[in-house]
Amino acid sequence: MTQQGVRWTADQVLALAPDTASRKAGSKLGAAGPWSEAGSSDEGTVWGLCRGSGSRPYRTVIDIADSTGPAYKCSCPSRKFPCKHALGLLLLWAGEDGTVPRGQVPKWAGEWIEGRRKRADDKRAAGAAGSPPSGDPEAARRRAERRAEWITAGAAELEQRLSDLLRGGLASAEQTGYGLWEETAARMVDAQAPGLAARVRELGAIPSSGSGWPVRLLEECALLHLLDQGWLRRERLPDGLAATVRSRIGLPGSADGPPVRDHWLVLAQYDTSDSHLTTRRIWLYGAGSGRAALVLSYGAAGRAPELALPVGLALDAEVSAYPGVGQSRAALGERFAPPAPTEFRPPGVDVARAVARYGEALRDDPWLESHPVTLGRVVPVPDGDGWQLADADGELAVPLTPAARSRSGLWRLVALSGGAPVTVFGECGHRGFSPLTAWPEGPGEAVTLC
Amino acid sequence: MTRNPAPPEAPEGNHWEELVTVALLGTARRTPPGVTAGRDAPAALLDAAAVETVRRRAGMRPGRAAARVEPAAEDARPALPPAAARRLTMLLADRPGAGSGGRRGTAPDLMELLPQWLATANRQGFAAPPQALPALLDAARGRTDLRPAVLAFAGPRALWLARLNTDWRFALRSTPGGGAALPGPEEPERMRELWEEGLFAERVALLSSIRARDAAAARDLLATTWATERAEDRLMFLDSLRTGLGAADEPFLERALADRSRNVRATAAELLSALPGSALAGRMAERAGTCVAVDRTQDTPAIVVEAPHECDPGMERDGVLPKAPAGRGERSWWLGQLVEAAPLGAWSRRLGGRTPEEIVALPVADDWQDELHAAWCRAAVRQRDPSWSRALLGTPAAPEAGGPGAVSLAERAKLLGTLGSEERAEWVAGFIAVHGLSEAFQLLGVCTVPWAGPLGRAVVDALNIARDAGSYPWSFSGVMGLAERCLDPAEAVRLEALTAVPDEPEDAAPGAGGYWAESFQRLVTTLRLREAMQSELTRA
Repeated sequence: MTQQGVRWTADQVLALAPDTASRKAGSKLGAAGPWSEAGSSDEGTVWGLCRGSGSRPYRTVIDIADSTGPAYKCSCPSRKFPCKHALGLLLLWAGEDGTVPRGQVPKWAGEWIEGRRKRADDKRAAGAAGSPPSGDPEAARRRAERRAEWITAGAAELEQRLSDLLRGGLASAEQTGYGLWEETAARMVDAQAPGLAARVRELGAIPSSGSGWPVRLLEECALLHLLDQGWLRRERLPDGLAATVRSRIGLPGSADGPPVRDHWLVLAQYDTSDSHLTTRRIWLYGAGSGRAALVLSYGAAGRAPELALPVGLALDAEVSAYPGVGQSRAALGERFAPPAPTEFRPPGVDVARAVARYGEALRDDPWLESHPVTLGRVVPVPDGDGWQLADADGELAVPLTPAARSRSGLWRLVALSGGAPVTVFGECGHRGFSPLTAWPEGPGEAVTLC
Repeated sequence: MTRNPAPPEAPEGNHWEELVTVALLGTARRTPPGVTAGRDAPAALLDAAAVETVRRRAGMRPGRAAARVEPAAEDARPALPPAAARRLTMLLADRPGAGSGGRRGTAPDLMELLPQWLATANRQGFAAPPQALPALLDAARGRTDLRPAVLAFAGPRALWLARLNTDWRFALRSTPGGGAALPGPEEPERMRELWEEGLFAERVALLSSIRARDAAAARDLLATTWATERAEDRLMFLDSLRTGLGAADEPFLERALADRSRNVRATAAELLSALPGSALAGRMAERAGTCVAVDRTQDTPAIVVEAPHECDPGMERDGVLPKAPAGRGERSWWLGQLVEAAPLGAWSRRLGGRTPEEIVALPVADDWQDELHAAWCRAAVRQRDPSWSRALLGTPAAPEAGGPGAVSLAERAKLLGTLGSEERAEWVAGFIAVHGLSEAFQLLGVCTVPWAGPLGRAVVDALNIARDAGSYPWSFSGVMGLAERCLDPAEAVRLEALTAVPDEPEDAAPGAGGYWAESFQRLVTTLRLREAMQSELTRA
């Protein structure tokens, strides 16, 4: 790896921070003041000594070239990961003022790097030797059968509840409130069908979601019914659709698709979290294959998921798809080079094409909420209380989703555009378009909106 | 996005609505169309609804575009260098509300450096990166002192944004005319039109901008409508004449002395008294002169004061306010106003050819000294007279300079403002060397940034002395913060030695040494950061 042309932007470094407090603390350490003996090697190692309040400076080292994403090691006592020192050192490295000169890796940093790479190699060698079968295949088959029986019982019970609801009328759902759905969701968790449980929980929130709720409740009930029926008759479905149903129900699958090597551009990265889990969604776009892939990474509540890929970088890597037709989810396999900045941008389509693509995707997966798409030459336009993205060269427009309207990223998008065309990547679905990343019409870096 | 319009052969829209109606009422009350009633009716309804839902979603069409907004005006300024753009992102990541605070530690306070960064970027004439505008406007929304620099840097696109987001309306208020360039005397038509038909804020902005370029043109413009303006507006317009005030303004101001509004009269008088050659200044000199004299009958000459016994109509016409505020004697109130408005140059003649220093050194009989010196201070500030300021300030090392004398710290700060920046810094450095830092805060605030060498060294020496004396650094946090923003970055080298944790002497406050080391570390880090900021913005 060469140091020329691979420096990251401050935004890309700050995107690695586990929380906003770390962003602030890291920003403050992105100056030469507290650092000494900082340096970087051609192999992608960055190190430095950071003076803290104690007498011994902290030793911070980062392996940027690691094939599983940047890896950090710091002698500070922080439990945050990466810590503010690692963020500060990366910011310093990202700057151009020569405070992180190229040099010989010091012994203390070299030892850690070597140990890490050796462990990674061992693991890879072990993986290549064929993963040992997990226990007795016969026992595994019996476990899977038992789980399928539980799910079947759960789906049948859910069908009964939906029938009762429709027999009595949705109007009564407004009164019964949240409790009924919470209880049903808990039953689905017991039945080991987390996908059903999540959908049921969302049903409970719809009657209080404002005007038009009966339409939304009927839609979601109908799609839940469709999923139940899909599961109950999965033997008769084509293989691809059956796999989609299994993944929607929440059965674990493994990314067993053939590995596709490509230059994967990181289009977007954003986190959602509930009380147990932080889910990181990373959208990749294959420059050669033209495919979009969604990589998920999880972290325990309050902790950032470990995988972090700054938007605007591209990586030479293999990606394998999860089973199921119409599914974008994929797993990142081997990486052949560290992520590096790129001028490449995904090609854009017009609004009509973007909306049509979502419709086409529904043929494969009727439960699909939205579809990844890049809009080319669109202009954000205010429309009453909301906003829309309108074709710069046409008369058609797609509205932004209600959630996107309230995000601060909306204003970054509007500011970037200034009323002129921009390229916008986002998720396009039946609720509208949710913008995630934008590029100016002329040259310029990717601007994150989420 | 519009829902799928109905295919021509079947009224699908009605079909969906019928399904929703049945679902709301319940299949026990109504049978879905084309379904037999009974136990399976709910499942049949859900089947039909599932088909319709997927069909409706798959068949969605884009909507019509709403009316477009006129694009933002071009910003012809060059883009920031990449390193400076990165720095801006970091500075804005630190703004309040963007995360939790906590102890300051050794890290610099980035938000405090934003004003300097903006000032340099504006001097260099760079355009703001468009995607940074929302964060910049949010920062300026919370801090009014940042607004002028932010709005200058943010340029026309920020005003374009402010029209779309009510949170940023302040940008439009702060920029009359919504950012369109104000017409000057070279566009007489537009100028006259805006002056006669513009909103009040636009008219004030127009008048100020013309006044800054051509004092006479602004005065002539004001004269065209003066008689018909409302009293509050006359007051604001008159205020604009402070810029570039000169002898040529005297006739206009003399006429304003006869204004119907008392506030307008007082302002006109104040402006005239700042013109030492004006007729009003002459009249005030005469009045003040009759009140103050040197008594030579004593062994040492002293000043005697005979305050006016009445406020006659002539004094009132010249702007003297007859009614004293509660708690003040009428006669001393009138005296103060006369001395304040009298040209300082007249006192030397009146008091035996003495220099300002000699006059200030004279004892004053009957406790009039405080009153008289305070009035001279106000006059020195109003007339921007350095020699009188110097005399009233005295030497910084004088014992009374540190204590509460006739001249308060606030007045001293104003007097310092009339001196050149080098002399100002030297005076404050001398003051700190003798009196320490505890009283110096206000005085440091009027010194030019970055601080001149002697001043910076005096501050650092005083901080070092405070550390050796065993006090805690937070007793000096105000001065520390000021030093972080104002010290010349070149001083960083000199400060290195102070960043080590010292051995604690027996009698020192526990732990103070460590806190001081931390404070000095932060100071050095901040200076280095400012140096980096500067070079990122100025490198060719």
